[in-house]
Amino acid sequence: MKVTLNIWRQPKRDAQGKMESYELDGLSEHMSFLEMLDVLNERLTSEGRDPVAFDSDCREGICGMCGLVINGEAHGPSPTTTCQLHLRSFSDGDVIDVEPWRAEPFPVLKDLIVDRTSFDRIIQAGGYISANTGSAPEANAAPIAQADASDAFDAATCIGCGACVAACPNGSAMLFTAAKVTHLGLLPQGQPERNSRALDMVNQHDEEGFGNCTNIGECTAVCPKGIPLETISRLNRDLLKAATRTDG
Amino acid sequence: MAENTTIPTGPGADLYTEGHEIHDTKAPDVPVEQMWDQRRFDASLVNPTNRRKMSVIIVGTGLAGGSAAATLGEAGYHVKSFCYQDSPRRAHSIAAQGGINAAKNYRNDGDSVYRLFYDTVKGGDYRSRESNVYRLAQVSANIIDQCVAQGVPFAREYGGLLDTRSFGGVQVQRTFYARGQTGQQLLIGAYQALERQVKAGTVEMHTRHEMLELIVVDGKARGIVARDMVTGEVETHFADAVVLASGGYGNVFFLSTNAMGCNVTASWRAHRKGAYFANPCYTQIHPTCIPVSGEYQSKLTLMSESLRNDGRIWVPKSGEDKRDPRQIPEEDRDYYLERIYPSFGNLVPRDIASRAAKYVCDEGRGVGPGGLGVYLDFADAIKRLGRKAVENKYGNLFDMYAQITGENPYETPMRIYPAVHYTMGGLWVDYDLESSIPGLFVVGEANFSDHGANRLGASALMQGLADGYFVLPNTIANYLADGPFEAVDDSHPAAAEAVASVTERIQKLLSINGSRTVDSIHKELGHIMWEYCGMERSDEGLRTAIEKIRELREVFWSDVRVLGVNEEINQALEKAGRVADFLELAELMCIDALTRAESCGGHFRAESQTEDGEALRHDDDYAHVSAWEFTGVGTKPVLHKEPLEYHAIEMKQRSYK
Repeated sequence: MKVTLNIWRQPKRDAQGKMESYELDGLSEHMSFLEMLDVLNERLTSEGRDPVAFDSDCREGICGMCGLVINGEAHGPSPTTTCQLHLRSFSDGDVIDVEPWRAEPFPVLKDLIVDRTSFDRIIQAGGYISANTGSAPEANAAPIAQADASDAFDAATCIGCGACVAACPNGSAMLFTAAKVTHLGLLPQGQPERNSRALDMVNQHDEEGFGNCTNIGECTAVCPKGIPLETISRLNRDLLKAATRTDG
Repeated sequence: MAENTTIPTGPGADLYTEGHEIHDTKAPDVPVEQMWDQRRFDASLVNPTNRRKMSVIIVGTGLAGGSAAATLGEAGYHVKSFCYQDSPRRAHSIAAQGGINAAKNYRNDGDSVYRLFYDTVKGGDYRSRESNVYRLAQVSANIIDQCVAQGVPFAREYGGLLDTRSFGGVQVQRTFYARGQTGQQLLIGAYQALERQVKAGTVEMHTRHEMLELIVVDGKARGIVARDMVTGEVETHFADAVVLASGGYGNVFFLSTNAMGCNVTASWRAHRKGAYFANPCYTQIHPTCIPVSGEYQSKLTLMSESLRNDGRIWVPKSGEDKRDPRQIPEEDRDYYLERIYPSFGNLVPRDIASRAAKYVCDEGRGVGPGGLGVYLDFADAIKRLGRKAVENKYGNLFDMYAQITGENPYETPMRIYPAVHYTMGGLWVDYDLESSIPGLFVVGEANFSDHGANRLGASALMQGLADGYFVLPNTIANYLADGPFEAVDDSHPAAAEAVASVTERIQKLLSINGSRTVDSIHKELGHIMWEYCGMERSDEGLRTAIEKIRELREVFWSDVRVLGVNEEINQALEKAGRVADFLELAELMCIDALTRAESCGGHFRAESQTEDGEALRHDDDYAHVSAWEFTGVGTKPVLHKEPLEYHAIEMKQRSYK
């Protein structure tokens, strides 16, 4: 296979960036998209040119480290992480644009690498159940209906990649925030902090500079884990309840 | 260093010298069931008001490091946590699929702390330390309680109680799971607990930082040198104790199921500063991975071995049989694990399943590109349970397989092949998880202690969380009770020396400007290791490997090409530092494998097998931990043997037939 890549190159944070073109030939359709970038980087290095910086770690779609906007779509044409995208999703001769996540709270650090520590700060604001080590009751003491556990699990599969933000015209991280509020709010252990959690996480979300949710749904369309839009409805209900109560 | 050593007489005697044996591991001299209580009772405690004056550095934020940082933060210590990723939530524990073992006996199927202990020691082929493994089994049940309290959404029965399943190498159902993403859910639990402490101000988080050196002052671990991977700044960080939770070294093989960034550098730097490295040759080759598809391959993907509960492994009886697997009738298939091991069948331990796959492929009966694969077939399970049930149990694994291979495993059998997955070896630690450098503790996969020569499935998550939540927070207090220690800063000669050596190394890597990319050298190293120090090892092969590794190390230091500068994000520079350390570790792995002229667990020596090709241990000569002391690159390391004594369990030759 042969492709032409237009890749965003930016030497560092706050520097001017631009798209640069690279042609690659002799690729296998079984190659992953990131392996194609590895091949490009090997070539650039042997030519004495600066390789393209991009994030990836597990390369099995679970760590959430990778994430590229490919031809204008977060994680590219198939509903998966960038590392799980293979060249069989493209055609011979394709021209492919490759860019970093674009959002103010995700500043570009170099080329295709962005800073997502804003997500960690949203979790710090309340994305947990306060249970100090050693204080836990016997695990089977409180049964949880299988359906609730399963729904909580579905929300908990969020990998924190940030595709939802990259896809949202408002640059909102509401799907990310709502996934955590839903995961913990569906479980009995999560009830004591349910109100404060929703309030604190949304406040932090806003403080980081993420935009508001206007129910466009681009986030869920690109989410590699299929986190549904209903989680945001659930977040809004919790938020409303929390805002009208004062007991935490 | 290296005083009082003797010239050994065993295999590989020309490659090492022998030092004093290790006898005291700090385990109390009481029956194994009472040791942990006794140790906690004997340990000094730190008054809660004094804890905030004490600081602890923790490198790595996986299950062991993340849970340790959260727990020590909750206890009131000042914790400085480091990870090379952009967030602590990315650590590779997240990729563990199958589950976590715990001796809850919810199934009423005869499980107990003793049975989990027994299974783990047996599974490790009697090469692990009894005292540590017993404690692991003891705290296993607490882990499940803790994780449920954090909101980890484990699988549940219709009645709302926790579900369990069985896993390779055992006959009870003690594995708790969260679909095929157990590692993710447990890590997110630890991560959230950690972030809660960041908010509380007890944990200081340093992401995109890589530890490049250990700072040892007056014989004690007192800090680290870390590189800020965004600015390139070489920083010093000091504390009263240092904990390494930096994972395993499987990426020495280049291709493994580890994440791209997993590396041995933190452990290796500590080893160079005096920490013993134990049993480096014990690596685990996981039987159920997706086969390699081409030379460009950057990593391998594991399919949880829980698949072996319902999938049946087979190859055609004849190597000539190139039919579509669905067209091959029963009588022309060889379900070789069920045939050779009738009582455990497809659930034999990992090392046995892996080697059996290698043998059928060596016989020319392998399937798929290059003949390096065997079938894992779900047709019977789908017929028996229905497609829906199979989907519920393994849906995400099937999706992942389809995504990577472009094939539908509901329709056609999966192809699998063994791949490097886990390293049982690691830095030597005592019962307190303290290394041979006082004040340096090692937890999780980075230490060697619990899995012997082979790790059972669903035991890595158990060990990581046992160490981080329940063991280390108790044992490190005993050490810190003598603190806080005298303050150290950049002006201390040990700190200045560490910074200078890091800076010099970085400049050296950037100045060689040769013709070989870092990846090309790493791949070459991987080929050497897979060929000679992989599933089967021999004296001759290992000697060849040592020669080749030494040559490749020369090539690296004279001909590697790392472009760019230090003062920016420079991923080639990061990789180069890691590969440089792998090139040193690789040699020690081969020396360790060469000197252990027996087969045990994941370490299979061609010279040591039974008549029917099974691993043959030699307990008289090798019932010990091999703890290696560093003496210099390319010079003979010193072997310290820690004899393994079994009081609660009788050593037997493993049999899964």
